[in-house]
Amino acid sequence: MDEAAKLHIQQISKVYRGDGHEVIAIDGIDLRIRNREFATILGPSGCGKSTLLRIAAGLAKPTQGLVRLDGQTISGPGQDRGMVFQSYTLFPWLTVKENIQFGLGLSGTDRVQQEQIAQEFVEKVGLKGFERVYPKALSGGMKQRVAIARALANNPAILLLDEPFGALDAQTRSLMQELLTQVWEELHITILFVTHDVEEAIFLSDRVFVMTARPGRIKAEIDVPLERPRRYEMKSSETFRHLKKRALDLIREEAIKATQYKDGE
Amino acid sequence: MQNSQEPNIERARRRLGDLLNPREPIPTGLYISLSIGSFAVLLVVWAALTYSKFIDPLFLPTPTRVFQAGLDLFLEFGFTTDILNSTYRVMLGFVIAAVIGVPLGLLMGTFKVAEALIEPIMGFIRYMPASAFIPLFILWVGIGDVEKVAIIFVGSFFQLVLMVAVVAKNVHQDMLETAYTLGAKRIQVIWKVLLPASLPGILDTLRIIVGWAWTYIVVAELVASSSGIGYMIISAQRMLRTGSIIFGILTIGVLGLVTDYSFKWLHQKLFPWVE
Repeated sequence: MDEAAKLHIQQISKVYRGDGHEVIAIDGIDLRIRNREFATILGPSGCGKSTLLRIAAGLAKPTQGLVRLDGQTISGPGQDRGMVFQSYTLFPWLTVKENIQFGLGLSGTDRVQQEQIAQEFVEKVGLKGFERVYPKALSGGMKQRVAIARALANNPAILLLDEPFGALDAQTRSLMQELLTQVWEELHITILFVTHDVEEAIFLSDRVFVMTARPGRIKAEIDVPLERPRRYEMKSSETFRHLKKRALDLIREEAIKATQYKDGE
Repeated sequence: MQNSQEPNIERARRRLGDLLNPREPIPTGLYISLSIGSFAVLLVVWAALTYSKFIDPLFLPTPTRVFQAGLDLFLEFGFTTDILNSTYRVMLGFVIAAVIGVPLGLLMGTFKVAEALIEPIMGFIRYMPASAFIPLFILWVGIGDVEKVAIIFVGSFFQLVLMVAVVAKNVHQDMLETAYTLGAKRIQVIWKVLLPASLPGILDTLRIIVGWAWTYIVVAELVASSSGIGYMIISAQRMLRTGSIIFGILTIGVLGLVTDYSFKWLHQKLFPWVE
């Protein structure tokens, strides 16, 4: 049972205190992400799923509990956990390639090797020909491809993605999902993905964790037995529809609770 | 005949309507014509009021008289030296303010400790009018260049610090956090992210501040001075040479405009990546 987890989120709670009242954002979540698996946290907005990811990244401190990566307790952000945000976080004064090289430059990798690695990832995310372009000339989807390549170029132990396609239009979003599965199938790196989109969660993942509305807890775990490589046609398969229905039912209950909770405030 | 004309009128009306859409871009040619046009209208009104003798030339001379006064200033009264003196004072005061103010503003926008230390004082002093410091500075350092430069410094420094702090504060938190997750240490986040991200905003701030510095120089030179554009203006007033006063004011306007455009040009050259 206790097969060593790649990332172990251990009894994490997060409580916000202000003006004499407390808000419990996350209430004792325990998650074990296996090595090389694609895991997704699915939850209604405001359930604390982004906070959980930020805690795993080391950008936020939990009120209780701890996070272990390969058995080591994490104490802050680090190169071993790459992160991609929903907002466009490319450095606008650096070109596409310079952005991808950023992390390598910090760790003192030699120049030639930096160039090689950056070029390799430029091509992996399909941006050959855009190496010397500034982010201002890129579309939203291309910006997120650079952000993913930048995080991967560091060769992290795990990739954390916080609704990375949330700001994209439906068509681009769907293409980006396919690109991400391709990259994952090729590199086979551990991924923890956060989204509120049921279809996205099932299409991408090996396992989906459904969260409750505030306070955030894990409500259910759904295994996704769809074969790899994933192709968008699978979205209309019987298995996919069945899984989607199940996840939708679960998340719908929580979304309704969330609105009632707000009304009652 | 009527049939072919109607769509033309329709089209013209539609095009006119387009110009009044909020924020609707207009053709470059039209933009430039309108900009030049506003200057032309000003000139025409001025000419009409003065050549017609509607206004006493003692109060407002004709454009030709002002131009003549300007020529005299350059040829007979050494106006070039006045301009150079004023420019020197403005630039010295401005550069000193920038050299100290930019790092201080960055510190203030980055560290809450620095903000708590600096912001209240800056916020307090910035409401004191720079011109009110003139008598004090004359008392302290006399009526030479140092006093003029000090006025420019006081007039620009405190605003500059606060504005640069805002620029640094506006750098998106997600961008800093991304740098941390890519392995950046605190010092690297400041040098490699916060600083480059702030540079265009800092240059914009400097552009605005140098404009203010140009307005303070006249105030500084109007009181107890022996050279500079402000000094020329106050001497001309004593002699009732209204044309020279107007020419002096116009000169400062042109100098300000040139500085402004130089900064804009520099901005485009240095930061081609800004959206």
